[in-house]
Amino acid sequence: MLEQLNARLDTLSSSLQLRSARQQVLASNIANVDTPGYVARDIDFGAALENALTGKVRRPLEQTNVRHLTVTSTDGLIGNPLAYTVQTQPSLDGNSVDLDQQRANFTDNAIRYESTLRFINGHVKTMLSAITGQ
Amino acid sequence: MSMFNILGVSGSAVSAQAQRLNVVASNLANADAVAGPDGKAYKARQVLFQTLPGNDPGTAGVKVRHISESDAPARRTFEPNHPSADAEGYVTHSNVNPVEEMVNMISASRSYQNNVEVMNTAKSLMLKTIQMGQ
Repeated sequence: MLEQLNARLDTLSSSLQLRSARQQVLASNIANVDTPGYVARDIDFGAALENALTGKVRRPLEQTNVRHLTVTSTDGLIGNPLAYTVQTQPSLDGNSVDLDQQRANFTDNAIRYESTLRFINGHVKTMLSAITGQ
Repeated sequence: MSMFNILGVSGSAVSAQAQRLNVVASNLANADAVAGPDGKAYKARQVLFQTLPGNDPGTAGVKVRHISESDAPARRTFEPNHPSADAEGYVTHSNVNPVEEMVNMISASRSYQNNVEVMNTAKSLMLKTIQMGQ
């Protein structure tokens, strides 16, 4: 029963962590908009979330006894391979940041981060009303 | 917590852009400076940015690596009555190009604003995150 309640929260928390990691990568791109030779990077969110959920990058605790709790570490979540963005306008200094695109991605990611937060809050409220039984 | 890294990344960019603005201000202030008795006039300066790799993959701040002096030839005008004129009657001015500096200033100020915006977004997301589950 408790696992059912937790399963959804697990997905949402993985999603939130990935959003936060992506936000960080996008902030780095925006920060380096004037740095010669900087190559813009991004996270393929869909693939990264799938990796995180299917446990590809998770390093589960080793269980030597069947009665051990299954605990998964989300440590490797950010270890997903980062991709390079496609350069839209080649520049002489080798910088591949498209500022407009990055700003749009940043805002988009911020909104999605916030919506994930709302989903979590809604889920917590649902669980609270379930366990108070009123 | 990775969201805090955004403040570090954008903070480094803001400080680098501020230094760039400082250099532009110094160039513009010395745009009309003439050479002293040694015949050496002010030379336009320019900052050179470099990526500052962060702890997490994909995150990178920015720092000013070097401030270079322009090798452009100094502007010389024929003013025999000028107190700083040389034996041939020429006055050596600084090699600052005010138009270039104004463009540089606008670019630096836009980048500065962008990074401040990124920090504001990160801050509001963090504030919402600490209210999670309430």
